[in-house]
Formats: sequence, structure tokens, C-alpha cells
Amino acid sequence: MAEFLQFLISGLTVGAVYALVALGFTLIYNASGVVNFAQGEFVMLGGMVTVFASAAGVPLPLAAVVAVVAAVAVGLLLHRFAIEPARGASAVTLIIITIGASILLRGLAAIIFDKQFHKLPGFTGEAPIDVLGAAVQPQSFWVLGGTAVVVVALYVFLEHTLLGKAVLATAANRLAARLVGINTTTIMALAFGGSAAIGAIAGILVTPITLTNYDVGTLLALKGFAAAMLGGMGNPLGAVVGGLLLGLLEAFGAGYLSSTYKDAFAFLVILIVLFAAPQGLFGRRAVERV
Amino acid sequence: MGALLNQRFMTLAVLAVVIAVLPLVFPSSYYFRVASLVWVSALAAIGLNILMGQAGQVSLGHAAFFGIGAYAVAIGPTHLGIPPWAAILVGAVLSAVLAYLVGRPILRLKGHYLAIATLGLGVLIALVISTESGWTGGPDGMPVERLTLFGWRVSGSNTWYWVTGALLLIGTWIALNLDETPTGRAFRALHDSEVAAQVVGVDVARFKLQAFVIAAVYASIAGSALAFMNGFINPDQAGFLHSVELVTIVVLGGLGSIVGSIVGAAVLVTLPQALTIFHEYEHLLLGLIIIVSMIFMRNGIVPSLSGLFLRRARS
Amino acid sequence: MTSKTTLKFMLAAGALSVGMSHGALAQDTVKIGSVLSATGPASFLGEPEDKTLRMYVDKINAAGGVAGKKIELVIYDDGGDANKARTFATRLVEDDKVVAMVGGSTTGTTMAMIPVFEDAKIPFISLAGAIEVIDPVRKFVFKTPHTDKMACEKIFEDLKKRNLTKIGLISGTDGFGASMRAQCVKVAPNYGMEIVADENYGPRDSDMTAQLTKIKNTAGLQAVVNPGFGQGPAIVTRNYAQLGMSNVPFYQSHGVASKSFIDLAGAAAEGVRLPAAALLVGDKLPESDPQKKVVTEYKQAYESATKQPVSTFGGHAYDGLFILVEAMKRANSTDSAKIRDEIEKTKGFVGTGGIVNMSATDHLGLDLSAFRMLEIKGGDWNLVASGS
Repeated sequence: MAEFLQFLISGLTVGAVYALVALGFTLIYNASGVVNFAQGEFVMLGGMVTVFASAAGVPLPLAAVVAVVAAVAVGLLLHRFAIEPARGASAVTLIIITIGASILLRGLAAIIFDKQFHKLPGFTGEAPIDVLGAAVQPQSFWVLGGTAVVVVALYVFLEHTLLGKAVLATAANRLAARLVGINTTTIMALAFGGSAAIGAIAGILVTPITLTNYDVGTLLALKGFAAAMLGGMGNPLGAVVGGLLLGLLEAFGAGYLSSTYKDAFAFLVILIVLFAAPQGLFGRRAVERV
Repeated sequence: MGALLNQRFMTLAVLAVVIAVLPLVFPSSYYFRVASLVWVSALAAIGLNILMGQAGQVSLGHAAFFGIGAYAVAIGPTHLGIPPWAAILVGAVLSAVLAYLVGRPILRLKGHYLAIATLGLGVLIALVISTESGWTGGPDGMPVERLTLFGWRVSGSNTWYWVTGALLLIGTWIALNLDETPTGRAFRALHDSEVAAQVVGVDVARFKLQAFVIAAVYASIAGSALAFMNGFINPDQAGFLHSVELVTIVVLGGLGSIVGSIVGAAVLVTLPQALTIFHEYEHLLLGLIIIVSMIFMRNGIVPSLSGLFLRRARS
Repeated sequence: MTSKTTLKFMLAAGALSVGMSHGALAQDTVKIGSVLSATGPASFLGEPEDKTLRMYVDKINAAGGVAGKKIELVIYDDGGDANKARTFATRLVEDDKVVAMVGGSTTGTTMAMIPVFEDAKIPFISLAGAIEVIDPVRKFVFKTPHTDKMACEKIFEDLKKRNLTKIGLISGTDGFGASMRAQCVKVAPNYGMEIVADENYGPRDSDMTAQLTKIKNTAGLQAVVNPGFGQGPAIVTRNYAQLGMSNVPFYQSHGVASKSFIDLAGAAAEGVRLPAAALLVGDKLPESDPQKKVVTEYKQAYESATKQPVSTFGGHAYDGLFILVEAMKRANSTDSAKIRDEIEKTKGFVGTGGIVNMSATDHLGLDLSAFRMLEIKGGDWNLVASGS
């Protein structure tokens, strides 16, 4: 039981980060149809800026705010100077642009910061907490709680504010949204900024556990994309479920099956799910218009 | 039809002349090496372009087939006593069979779902390669025996330049011909609209599968060539980042343009070599160049430039 | 050299170089090449190596160069990609025409480059860990870091002294971890070690509690060894403490031998042992230790120049460069074949990694005594007294 619980919490913690990255993917995808492979770099920025700001003497909470602001600025710049000028280009062209952006941001981070790994202190100490026999880092609760707050805040924003509804409308049908007077360019900029903020928050929450450096983003983008697809691209709920599921698959795979093939196990499940449900777990059935 | 035939012939002739003339301006063997890498990457990219550009299907795990071809010529002669030249065929057949078997269920998926499924397939194969170290040498890779053809030991950058150049010519010729067969036309119909293609009686599933198998064989042969050329192979060549690189070559050069794939490979292979003078700014510039070229040549280098040229010619 | 004489020297050199033709200038320099993983997943190896080489080549040139010539250093960054490394190796040989090469941060990149230097008959001093670089011996390939096999032997020797024989392995699946794991499994029977648990983690994994929980629940477990490099071992160490396993002796490898490991692992690193070069404990070495002078000087030079804590990885590059430079001095030549012969004759070279004695059958020249068993106490490295 203690063992099971240990795997469960480990899987949920890692999965929560995948979920936030997947959520970032979803937000941008819905507003613009772009699969943003630079999403992992927002997570990197969140962690690295916090580390360097707090090393420069800025108190941790303020450093975290600085990091989120910095990531949002980068997200907006990315939209303004890389995505907006290519408006109307094919989906795959836009993907390559975001891959270029990811290479660029990593190169920039290596110069501005450094190539070393860095850590942050746990927000509320590092002494493990005993949960029914499982030893849990206090930071795990921060990650889980933080993820929950982000998810709820996003839900409230999308469902209960006018701006949020405009985002949803844009996601449902960009042309129709424009026809009813929604400025879809603003919505897209909003999505990039929001997505960058979510990524940065993930990076800040998780750095005390996982450490960070200038190129942690690549793998996170890969896992986050997988999580988003598992849940069903474009569905925020799917992104969260997909992320948590992926984290759990890895932890239980490593614990009960084989730690060597745990990634294989995770991707096998994704393949099987897609064969059974080609739109992911919560995906929309899209009808191709001829 | 005559004009088309002519255009195909011209493309091949120009490529042959470029391959033949380039060595005249090469100051050292290093340039032969870089050019050989371009030919190998171009070969793999042309195959992927048949799948992506012509049949309109994405693959984010294509390096896996590249890896299968590479490890076939590494493992075959070392562990199984298969002659090196035969190992190339073994790799190609293995890739084709694997593509055929997984292609059916995977190609039912669409768009990004297809991307993640192929990505997953690629990750699985790369993981097996780097884990089964008894066969593959593990993450550090393994040496590859030299290729011997009729008692001739193929080695040296200059020799491989001609071998890979010839392979590229053959690959280009096949791809250009395919373009004009009923299969090629069916591929293009798929690319434009799957539903429309189905309505006019194209067996969508069969043609997608064909394109997938063809692309896998191209990648496998390119992988074998690289392994022989390097005399060494490691799992990076089968990995996710290499898959992304192949897709980038295809899109940068121009989706659906065979010449584009060669140009894309030339740009993406030589750029990191040229950027070394900028030391730590290398990656920053590489990213910047990719972004800027895709913004200003959104259909890829070759289609965008030839479009510009045609517009100029007309006005 | 005072700043005034430096200025004069530079002016003179400038005037000379203006006056000379390109060919004459080329004759006054000798090119040494390097391909390092300064970026990418192995950048924690490549970066200090890169900084070390640049710093010391400048120093050597300021002191007059070697064999009457200035060294021109050509460094390329392979990003950890073996295929790229292979291309840069060809570039060094064919285009830059280097006389020797010091580089190859990882075993993967080194193995990919070996055929190039063997074919060109140019000496190649590798900075990679695995034993396969020098076993079997290749005529032109040498290396400076201790092998992974030696690390396993050193750890098992220590375990044997403590009467611990049932061990668990948790290894990274990167080249370093996988290779060292294989070596440990191979030499374990020689020391009467029984491997009771054998788990792995991906090089970029961020949580290893699942694997450690399994190891922890293995019956009869007496000690745990973590073959791995990079940030992975730091996370393993933190998870190890988190799961309350600190009462089971825990061994890291020479793959974490930099201060950043202690910084990253924090309090969890207390009590962890590892085999490493004397460089890490330079200030704690007795005055009589032959390596004392070399390691303290290198540490000071590196830390004041880079403002980063010293690591044994940069030390490998230091050793490689000076083994090469001394061989060039002895050969008094810039001929690759002669330099190779002199490298092989290196005897009693005092480096940061140990005392190097090479021979035709040993292209590493270090024995187990070059490794010191260290224990982390009070946030710093400490020598384990022999017998404890």
C-alpha cells in the first residue's frame, strides 16, 4: 500500500507538470491552430528566471512574478514577430517556426544565463512528509495545488468572462468569431501570453523537485504534446487528464514493470488509446469540410 | 506530357551536373564529407516528402526507419554474418515490412494524431535500439564494418561522395517518375482532400500505406549509407530530434518539391558548419534563420523562389 | 610579464605578422584541434573542457609556445551529437590540418571520431570515460579520464572493506550510465558482490522515487551504487534521502565529480561516497602528495578565470593538453607521428587525474591509486581514510 501510494504521488507530481505543459499547448492550439513546440521553453524560462532573479537578491515570491512576466513577454514577442507575420501559412510551416523559436530561445538562454543545472529551495522546506507510509516532498503538494489553481482559474476565465468566451468562440470557429466582431489577433496574443504564463508557473513550481537548466524544455514539450494528444487535442480537460495519466503510466510502469522500458510503456498506451479512439480520450469528432 | 518529361529530365540533368562539378571547387576532403551528408539527408528527406508533400501525411518518427537501415548494416555483418551489401537489403525489407504492418492502424489517424502516433513509434524503436546493448552497443553506439562491393572496399570521404551522390540521383529519378504515375496522382489527390479522393474512387488507405512504405525504404537506405560512411552508428540517428530535423528539411525546402528536399538538406546540413564561426551564438542564429525563412518563404525555399521567379518572368 | 612588456610584445608581434606572408605565419603556429560537447545534454562536460583548453593555450602561448611555435587552437561544438562530431573531426583533419586532437567529451562522440584520426594517423587524446576508448588499444587513440571499470573496482574495493556485498544498482540510460553499469555487472563477481536490484532511469527524468522504492524494498540490500552523470544523480540522491534510505550506504561515481553535484543535491548528499580524482580535495591533500601542486594551481586558475567551481571534467582537458604539449616538447617537432610516439612514452606525468605512465599496451596510464575515495561531509568533499 505504501509502495502503491509512493508511485501514485510520484506519478501525479510529474503528471501535473505534463498537464500544465499540455494545457499550454491546448490554449494556443485552440486560439490559433498552432502546435507550439516552444512550449517547453516557457517552463525553462519560468525556472531559470526565478533562479537567477533570486540569486540576484530578489525575494523568491517576487522573483517568481518576474519570471512569469518575463515568460509572458517572450510569449507575446513570439506571437508578434514569428507567428503573426506568418498568418495564413500552413499548419506544418507554423510548427517549423515554433521549432525554430525553441532553438532560438534555448540558444539565448545559454548565453544570458548559463549551461549549468540550478535548483530552487522548496517553498515550505524539504523535510519529507509521511503520507500513510509514503515519503512525500512538501513541494509535491505545491505542484499539485498550483496545478489545480491554474486549472480552476482557466475554467472560470473561459466559462464566466466575456473575454474567455471570445477565446472559446475563436477556438470553435475562427471565421465565425471574426464575423461577430471578435478581434482574433488579440485573442491569439492573449493565448500566447496565457500559455507562456502557465508554462512559467509550471517551471517555478517544479524546479525545487526536478532542477532546471537551459535545455529542459525539449523533453517537456515532447511529453506535454503526447499528453495533449492522449487527452484529445483542443480539450483543456483532456490535456489535464492526459498529463496526469502520462505521469502515472511512467511511475507505475517504472515501479511495477520495467524502469528501462517505462517510456516505451507510456507510448504503447498512447498508441493503443489512439487506435481505439482516434481523437484521443476527450477529442472532438472533426468533420472534414470538402 | 512531353513538356513534363522534359522538365523531369532537366531536373535530373542539373542535379547530375551539380554533383559532377562541385568537386572541382572543393578545397579539401572535408567538403566531400559535408556534401555526402547533404546527399544522404536529401535522400531520406525525398522519401519523407513523398509521404508528407505528396500524400499529405505527417511522420514525426521517421528517423526510426533511418535507424533500422543503419543498424541493419551494423548488426547484420557483425552478429549474423550477413554480407554488408546484403544487409542494406535486409534493412530496407525490414523497414518496409514494419511500415506495412504498423501503417494500417496508424494511418487511420489524422493530422496531429498521426504525428503523435508516428512520434510514439519512433520513440519505441529508438528506445529498443539504445537499450538492447548486447546487439546494438547501447547508447554509445557500435562500429560498422566497411562496405565491400566485388572486392572493392568502399571508404574515404571522396569515394562516399560519389556513392551517395549516385544514390541520390537514383532516389530522385524514382521520386520524379512516381510523381507522374497513377499512384503519384492518387497521392496528390490525397494531399488536396482525402474525402474528395475517396469520392472519386481512390483507395485512400492503400495509397497512404504505399507512400508510408516507400518513405520508410528511402530512410532505411539513407541510414545504411550513413552508417557505412561513418564506420560507426549510435542511437541518436534513430531519435526524435533527428526525426524533427528530417521534417524541418522537407518543410524548409518545400512540401511536395523534390528539388526542395535537396535544397532543404543542403541548407540544414551546411548551416551549422558555417555558423561555427559565431561560437555560442550558433544556435540562436540557426533558430532565427529557420523562423525568418519560414515567414518569408512560407511554402518552402524552392516553391517560394520559383513562384517569385515565375511572377517576375510573367510581368 | 608586466603589462608594459606585454604591450611591447603584442606590438612587435603585430608588426611581424603584418610584415610576413600568410605562409610564413602558418609556419610559426601549430594547430591543435578539439571537438567538444559544449552545448547539449553533455554540456556540463564540454563547457569546462572548452574553458580549460582556451585558458591554458593562451597561457602556453604567452610563455612562448611549444617547440618554437605558437599553438592555434581550433574548437568545434558537436552538441553531443556523434554524427556532427564525426564531421567536425573530418574538418579538423582535412581542412584545418591539425597535428593532434584533444577532445571528445562523451564516449559516443569519441567512438564516432576514432576512425577519422586512426585513418589520418593523427594522435587523439580523448576526454571520455568508457574503457572501450582504449581497450583494445588503438595506435593513435589515448585518453585521460579514469575508466568506468576502475570506478566500479574502486567502489567495490571500499564496499568489501566495509563487509557489504549485496548491492543495488540504479543507472542512467545515457552512454555513461549504461557503460558503467555494464562494467560494474562484469567486475562484481571479482569482489564477491551480488547485485540484488538493478534499476534504470532516463537521463532527463525528474523523479526516481519509483525505482528507489523498488530497490529499498529489496530483501538483504546493503548498499546502493548510482552509475550516472549530469543532473540525474543529484535527483537520485535527493529522492534517496526523501525515502529515508540514508542508513543504507550510497555510492555515486566519478561522473558527478563537480561541486555543482553537492549544491544541487543539498543536505541529501551528506554521507554519499564516490571515487574521484585528487583535484576535488586539493586543499585537503598532505603537502607530501605529488599531485598537490598541480591540482591547487589548476583549481585556482580555473575558478578565478571562470567564476565557476572546478570540476574533474575540465581537469581531464588540462591533463590531455599538457600530455600533448610535453610530448611535443620532447619530440621537438610538430610531426604527428613523432608526437604520437612521445605521447605513448609519457612517464611520471603529474596531472589532475593522477600520475600518468603510458605504454604501448596502456594508452591511459592510470591505476586504481589515481582514484581517491571521497565522502561528502558538511557540504564538502573529504578523503576517506583508508581502512574505514
